Amino acid sequence: MLHVQSLNINYGSKRIVNDFSLTIEEGEIVSIIGPNGSGKSTVLKAISRLIPCESGCVRIAGQLADSMSMKQLSRVMCMLCQSNSCPSDVTVEELVGYGRVPHKKWYERLDANDFEIVDWALQQTGMDSYRKRYLASLSGGEAQRAWIAMALAQKPKLLLLDEPTTYLDIAHQLDVLELVAKLNKELQLTVVMVLHDLNHASTYSDKICVIKDGDIRVFGKPQDVFTMELIRSVYGVDTEIQYTPDSKSPRIHVLKKAQ
Amino acid sequence: MSQNHSNKKTVVLGIACLLLLLATLLSVGLGSVQLSLWETMTTVLGQGTEANHTILWDIRIPRVFLALLIGANLAASGALLQAVMQNPLADPGLTGVSSGAAVTVLFIMLVVPGYSALIPLFAILGGGVAALMVYIWAWKKQGGFTPVRIILSGVAVNAVFGGVIGLLSILYSDKLPAALQWMNGSLSGKSMSDVLTILPYSVAGWIAALLCIRSANILRLGEQVAHNLGQNLNRLRFTLSLIAVYLAAISVSTVGLVGFVGLIVPHMARMLMGSDYRMNLPFGLVLGSLVLLVADTLGRTLFAPLEIPAGIVMAIVGGPYFLYLMRKGGQ
Repeated sequence: MLHVQSLNINYGSKRIVNDFSLTIEEGEIVSIIGPNGSGKSTVLKAISRLIPCESGCVRIAGQLADSMSMKQLSRVMCMLCQSNSCPSDVTVEELVGYGRVPHKKWYERLDANDFEIVDWALQQTGMDSYRKRYLASLSGGEAQRAWIAMALAQKPKLLLLDEPTTYLDIAHQLDVLELVAKLNKELQLTVVMVLHDLNHASTYSDKICVIKDGDIRVFGKPQDVFTMELIRSVYGVDTEIQYTPDSKSPRIHVLKKAQ
Repeated sequence: MSQNHSNKKTVVLGIACLLLLLATLLSVGLGSVQLSLWETMTTVLGQGTEANHTILWDIRIPRVFLALLIGANLAASGALLQAVMQNPLADPGLTGVSSGAAVTVLFIMLVVPGYSALIPLFAILGGGVAALMVYIWAWKKQGGFTPVRIILSGVAVNAVFGGVIGLLSILYSDKLPAALQWMNGSLSGKSMSDVLTILPYSVAGWIAALLCIRSANILRLGEQVAHNLGQNLNRLRFTLSLIAVYLAAISVSTVGLVGFVGLIVPHMARMLMGSDYRMNLPFGLVLGSLVLLVADTLGRTLFAPLEIPAGIVMAIVGGPYFLYLMRKGGQ
């Protein structure tokens, strides 16, 4: 689904991401984790062409991203940043409607088919009853769901989420992640997200990609990736890891800074 | 948007249109020869005295029409630029279009006054070149145009052109009074042919601006979202700026420097109509006409027979209003 090959990204003359390669299968949820400044978000931004890369290439569903126009790209891929702002008087329904823009010529209006898709996106995200509400009147978790509804209206195959839970309380964090898991299962949506919480990453991802200093350290299933040694070497933190027999998702308990 | 809200907005738009009509009729009647509303209407319909007919069609009506056109042009220009910059403090002057036009026009008026007939043309040229300079310097290969770079580049270009304006005024201070009218944005002494010249260009500009409504609405969502929705941000910013510069340039070329309309009217439109450009842009056109018409009418009647250029009225009234908006938190 997503094939990233030898991506090099610079900010100015400083190399931020170094020879980054990653292959993600259709229908997978992959979390990218790593310390602050490790280049996690940079990778997502480069994949979505928000920032340019020095070298390397990105293929989406077999097609070279550089050969696609922004508009073509926006029909197969959607990227949501950690916090999105919009004017206080935009309604949820209106916002979700903008998700149809990639499928329209600049002079075309939304038609019945588009409104059906908007309705569908609102239902999928449980935002149907909020459709007339102003975005500014929603709680953080509801707003995040509204943005995800907009993403769905784009009908992408690939969803990129940059720290989708950052500004939310623990219940809303789970809301958003449950929604992502549901959409992944029901719509076969491939998801790549940047997360900070290791347990969230462990619980909700098929695979984990660990980055430090712009290099991939490990890429694999949660039960293979999360070891005390790895977390100590990446974060400099001592942990205790609980491997539940039935689950593929180890629990990570943070103890203290490593000596 | 709920039904209730959109009804309220339709009412506000209706009121603005009515006010505009009323202001137009009143303004046509006001002046050294006062005409009542009734006299104005009968004269316009061809039933009045010969003298009134001449005053109306040769002096007042062209002036009023010009105020309507220029007001709408500047309001649309400001609205588009505020959409591009995502900054409520953006104003057409930011693109260098006013100071560029001012330099060329001053040069003609002060240095080669024989070419005065070419002033409108050179105003557009000077404004266009200055705006082009701003955008060329704002362009960076990595990242293209960003609002901050356009603003900084605009400040720099405006500073240079402002310096040249100062220099010209000092070197030719004896001839300066002739240029003051233009520098302060005066609508006086214009004929119907001036109105007819700018009319098609203005209408074309409004249509172009209205066609940008969806783009402006998408820019509201922030650059990352606009990018995610498949928009080419550089192209979008450039196109909207181009239309804004064009609208400002044709206005400046006709009446000189009228400030604050392009800054304040989009603000007022947003406060009354909300951030959706489908509502606030058409409303802004009406409001821009109304504001400039009122400013010009006040300017020519308050201290009659002295005339205060509309640009000065706008600055004196607009400045404090702008501070008020800032204090309110300037959303």
